Amino acid sequence: MSHTLLIQNARHWRTGERVDVRIAGGVITSVTPAGPRGDMAEHTIAADGALLAPGFVDIHVHLREPGQSAKETVESGTRAAVAGGFTAVATMPNTSPVVDNAAWVEWLHDRTERDGHCRVHPIGAVTIGQKGEQLAEMIAMAKAGAVAFSDDGRPIMSAEMMRRALEYAKPIGRPIVCHEEDLTLRGKGHMNEGPVATRLGIKGIPSAAETIMVHRDCDLAELTGGRVHFAHLSCAGSFDAVRDAKRRGLPVTAETCPHYWMLTEEAIGEYDTNAKMNPPLRSEADRRATIAAIQDGTIDCLATDHAPHTADEKRQPFDMAPFGIVGLETAFALTVTGLVKPGHVSLTRAIELWSEAPRRVFGLPAVELAQGSDADLVLLDPSAEWTVDPTVFHSLGRNTPFTGATVTGRVLATWVAGRLAHTDATFQTRLPVTVGSR
Amino acid sequence: MLAHASTALTPHGAGRFSYRVPARHLLGLEGMPQADLLGILDEAQFHREQLDRSGIAGRELEGITVCNAFFESSTRTRVSFELAARRLGATCVSFSSTDSSTAKGETLLDTLRVIESMRVDLVVVRHSSSGAPAYLAKTLAAGVINAGDGQHEHPTQGLLDLLTLRQSWEGRFEGRRIALVGDIAHSRVARSAIHGLVTLGAQVVLSGPPTLIPQGVEALGVEVVESIDDALTGADAVMALRLQHERMDQGLLASLAEYARAWAINARRVRLMRPEALVLHPGPMNRGIEIAPDVADGERSVILAQVTNGVAVRCAVLRRCAQALTEAA
Repeated sequence: MSHTLLIQNARHWRTGERVDVRIAGGVITSVTPAGPRGDMAEHTIAADGALLAPGFVDIHVHLREPGQSAKETVESGTRAAVAGGFTAVATMPNTSPVVDNAAWVEWLHDRTERDGHCRVHPIGAVTIGQKGEQLAEMIAMAKAGAVAFSDDGRPIMSAEMMRRALEYAKPIGRPIVCHEEDLTLRGKGHMNEGPVATRLGIKGIPSAAETIMVHRDCDLAELTGGRVHFAHLSCAGSFDAVRDAKRRGLPVTAETCPHYWMLTEEAIGEYDTNAKMNPPLRSEADRRATIAAIQDGTIDCLATDHAPHTADEKRQPFDMAPFGIVGLETAFALTVTGLVKPGHVSLTRAIELWSEAPRRVFGLPAVELAQGSDADLVLLDPSAEWTVDPTVFHSLGRNTPFTGATVTGRVLATWVAGRLAHTDATFQTRLPVTVGSR
Repeated sequence: MLAHASTALTPHGAGRFSYRVPARHLLGLEGMPQADLLGILDEAQFHREQLDRSGIAGRELEGITVCNAFFESSTRTRVSFELAARRLGATCVSFSSTDSSTAKGETLLDTLRVIESMRVDLVVVRHSSSGAPAYLAKTLAAGVINAGDGQHEHPTQGLLDLLTLRQSWEGRFEGRRIALVGDIAHSRVARSAIHGLVTLGAQVVLSGPPTLIPQGVEALGVEVVESIDDALTGADAVMALRLQHERMDQGLLASLAEYARAWAINARRVRLMRPEALVLHPGPMNRGIEIAPDVADGERSVILAQVTNGVAVRCAVLRRCAQALTEAA
């Protein structure tokens, strides 16, 4: 019988009421109006009015295992996740080898069991080796626990193959997550096509490389009835396509990432490889369209596309450095800074987009501040200002374009199944007991 | 450029980064103040006159070691830098990627750190990656001179183009119009020329196959003119850009013959320009493709003067970078 934990005097993220939340056995046992202080049980945490919300879920993360543990591991990636307020992540299969069979899905579960700080939901490959040639065993992978399928990073260029994949996955009831990019149009491009790429002499990637594939897969969703989830959409044309598809009643959902509402291609400045990701940072018009798509519900949920790389990999000439930035430890702050503070969305909606929304998109069990719910919780200070310093990241990847940026919104503590998985340094004084790192 | 990406974050991210390049480097002509450009050109003009009085060599770079690090093949630029360095008394060594450790998997940065550890003062870098010299300049204590990076800039070529034009234009760029014709998209020569010419007040028009005009190039302060005849009519100069044969394989052009018919600088097109107009080409030339042989060798051609000016410009650049290095020490 585990101890009862009491989170005292927290502010309910939705109602704003002061509540006491009791947790035992990994689930919430009661949520009651905040009682008088002094009711200090052995495991009581004084929230002092900080905001308590369901833990965040990031459905687009590269944990890099198996095979690329110099970039990230299940241990380091999930440690970064809980520091960012995430109680679950879905991990992409573009590893080495590719997670394209049930054995690797099970291996990820075992590794998470051993090393994980939060829940890890594997995403299986759609095709063997992500080569776009032969369907992977999606039924077996789903039975082993894969929550979705994706050839992320290696878009399925054959419309016929994508059609069959959607048909095959349909009865499994799991979405296919599409990294939308026409590889022939991308060619050897390394950043958004436009004046900045022209000035820098870097070959550009037109936004049509993304929108063409979004249009194609909307039409294939219509043809097959299969569930399509669009990963990391970055440009106005893609949002228009998804908006139209939803109007047509098609089974599509979409995500975008903080960098697409925070930055434009100008952030590359003089060849900053930490502002190089795929899809690339786009124009100011696309940045504004990203915010509009979040506001009107075209975007279903947010994700980070957390893509750690080693310093040596990023410390190369721009066209030689790999695509991708880390995102887990800055996601909430960039959401408050870029969406909530300027008044684009409410704080409640922002939290929904990181918690309820991704669970809905991937069909994961809902978490609520209510008796019986899994105690996957995050305690937030939405007004704390801090400066992004990648040297203190828990992720092995320090590749962020936000170094030195002053941001607002801090994660104070994270509980995964009732276990305190992370406490912020600024919060530790409020803890009654010393908490181990894991 | 050393203090890159240190600006405070705005949620908009828009607004060009302003950066200052330490004077020991020459990474590009973009953003170089007019006074600096003119200063280099003045000094280069002095070196040009010294060059023409053969036998006179300077000692300005005595005790300075220059390394030409060429990761892409080059004849004229490399020879030109070597001659310039030796003329001013520098110790000069060169290597190219074929005979270097890069073939053994050493990274660019490691290779250059090794060179620097041999107490090299200035490295002259040519690399196929745009931004490679800027990347090296962030780390190396040596001065970095860009001798051509990918499709970005070739600043000493831009300077020698400016010097050549200035010699014929009596120092006046305002009110002059120059057409750059051909493969703008892949041309570092074009980018450096554009930045320099725009800074000095010349009007720059671009013309070429639409597949070779890069997106948003107008943002550099130039005008794109669809018809080459319109671009040339009344112009004070034309620069024909080299056409790489691989553009055909990339599906950017139909054939060399069609390119030559549509875009070559030939005698008829030269007559569209002002009578005293100049014809430039950065070399190496594809005679009969981007430029007709009679034009290349004709009286309006300043192509060989460009080459001579190249040595003079590189003398000036090496000296200025060396001076900045000494002053900083």
